[in-house]
Amino acid sequence: MLSRDNWKEIFETIQKNKLRTFLSGFTVALGILIFVVLFGFGNGLINTFDDFFGDDATNVLFVFPGRTTMPYKGYKSNRTIEFDNSDLEDIEKNFPLFVEYISPRITRQDTVSYMNESNSYRTQAVGPAHQFSEMTIMMKGRYLNELDIKNKTKYAVIGRLVEQDLFGSKNSIGKYIDVGGSSFKVIGVFQDDGGDNEERIVYIPYTTRQLIEKNTDKINQIVVGFKPEIGYAGAMALDKSLDKFLRSKKFINPKDQNGIFIRNIADQLKQNQQFARVLQIIVGFVAFGTIIAGIIGISNIMVFVVKERTKELGIRKALGATPKAVIGTILLESVFITTVSGFVGMLIGIAILSSLGEKLKDFFITNPYIDTSIAISATIVLIIFGAIAGYVPARRAARIKPIVALRDE
Amino acid sequence: MIEIKDLHKSYKMGSNSLHVLKGLNFSIAEGELVAIMGSSGSGKSTLLNILGMLDEADSGSYTLDGVPIKNLNETKAAKYRNKFLGFIFQSFNLINYKSAMENVALPLYYQKVPRKEREEKALKYLEQVGLKEWATHLPNELSGGQKQRVAIARAMAAEPKVLLADEPTGALDSKTSYEVMDLIQNINDEGNTILVVTHEEDIAHMCKRIVHLKDGVIVEDKKVEQVRAAQYVK
Repeated sequence: MLSRDNWKEIFETIQKNKLRTFLSGFTVALGILIFVVLFGFGNGLINTFDDFFGDDATNVLFVFPGRTTMPYKGYKSNRTIEFDNSDLEDIEKNFPLFVEYISPRITRQDTVSYMNESNSYRTQAVGPAHQFSEMTIMMKGRYLNELDIKNKTKYAVIGRLVEQDLFGSKNSIGKYIDVGGSSFKVIGVFQDDGGDNEERIVYIPYTTRQLIEKNTDKINQIVVGFKPEIGYAGAMALDKSLDKFLRSKKFINPKDQNGIFIRNIADQLKQNQQFARVLQIIVGFVAFGTIIAGIIGISNIMVFVVKERTKELGIRKALGATPKAVIGTILLESVFITTVSGFVGMLIGIAILSSLGEKLKDFFITNPYIDTSIAISATIVLIIFGAIAGYVPARRAARIKPIVALRDE
Repeated sequence: MIEIKDLHKSYKMGSNSLHVLKGLNFSIAEGELVAIMGSSGSGKSTLLNILGMLDEADSGSYTLDGVPIKNLNETKAAKYRNKFLGFIFQSFNLINYKSAMENVALPLYYQKVPRKEREEKALKYLEQVGLKEWATHLPNELSGGQKQRVAIARAMAAEPKVLLADEPTGALDSKTSYEVMDLIQNINDEGNTILVVTHEEDIAHMCKRIVHLKDGVIVEDKKVEQVRAAQYVK
């Protein structure tokens, strides 16, 4: 059935029936093109969405101290709550089943300088575990470790853009920089997917910061990383009991809205994921509709094609074409056209998507893309349905008595 | 070559049926040139369609070159048509997007003859009908007579046992009709069996035998003195 002769016959038919070829090819190519572009845009929307939330670890609770607004157990209202090192140990000790890691975070704005270059950067005094919560990626050197915390070393880990600003193209590792008046040795350079601001940060050990600030043991915030396997429900439970624990330790009224804040990423994440899922469903629905429209389009054209060729098929049958040969002629032709134009449409669609890149960022579409496997499957689905759509009228045409087909004008 | 016995055929027209062929018996020997005559509605086209395996009889037997033709499925019918029969239609029925040569070569394509051989054979038959120079032309670039000659070349290309012509001159003026009949007579002279359905008296007398149909029965079956068409040509 697929001999060279058959192909030649098909190519000749295609060549000499350009309008028909164009119509069916165009329908399929357009269907796939729209599908690919729409699906890509959907993914672009989801990308934008992920950009907003996606750069940090998601199994994290942030605990912020506040200022009380209610008196409680003899303490007056309007009292500033502060965390200190003992809180870290207490949390670790009391929630061993939930907590994977814990890190304080003391945030300051400092002038950082090297040689003649100088700039103001956010410095965060943290523990080693902070690397996990921020998903900091080390480019060179190393991150802070437990020894640095214990020895209160004057080591700094700087962001990629900090290095670029201060050192230009030179290597910063091992060099000494001035952070707010103290000299720190650069031991590592990191990058972060969260954007430029996240790469203009200097990390130093929190114990060193406390030493500089008159040997205090106060900390700003506590970052608690919980075990991912506890799930959403576990995170919510940890959120609640951590709140209760800290309120009782710091003597804060349980009903006080402002004494302490816990930002639970898991909670936000769930909402975000739901939103993303809804987006994906909408995109999938639209894409599905496009494919259905494409199938209907190609079916219509196949019915038209067979109708138009009824007489020709009658002649062919009178000359000795078997029903199999008649169906084969129509099917091979339609499958060939839909395959070629389907993949052309797919490639154009993918080309459009990849040329867009960030150009539509204003419309919340970032880096639109489509999985090649999805694009190919959609094309194959259309080809298969095109073939089925062609088969039904082709079989009917093959069954018509040649004498009836010949009478068809 | 052809033998039919007690052939019946009726068409259903709503609730009542129309009995078109009412028990036909006749046989055609090899090398005959037979005209089937009759007014419209006499059943001559129906008979030709049955002989051409384009349609099926209700009852009776039909033997073609010693092969009983009955209970054929579509595939078998197609193969027999291809092997045994060549068709010439009133409306030519050429495929309009194929050149004259490609049209002639089409039956050979379904015989799975290799392309080169197909084209050689097609050219040979086009030459025989005097249209070799027109081989690359499309049907709509040809006159009616030329189209019918291409159709005749196509009918002969598969080297069938029997040529069936359904009103071959019906759409042509008398001069071209005679040219076509001249061609048919020449083909017959070479020993081919040809059956011509016509309602024109003069065309019928260019055959060697006339079978007259009326209301589905044979009313007359006689040998005639053949009138050569060549004398009218030129």
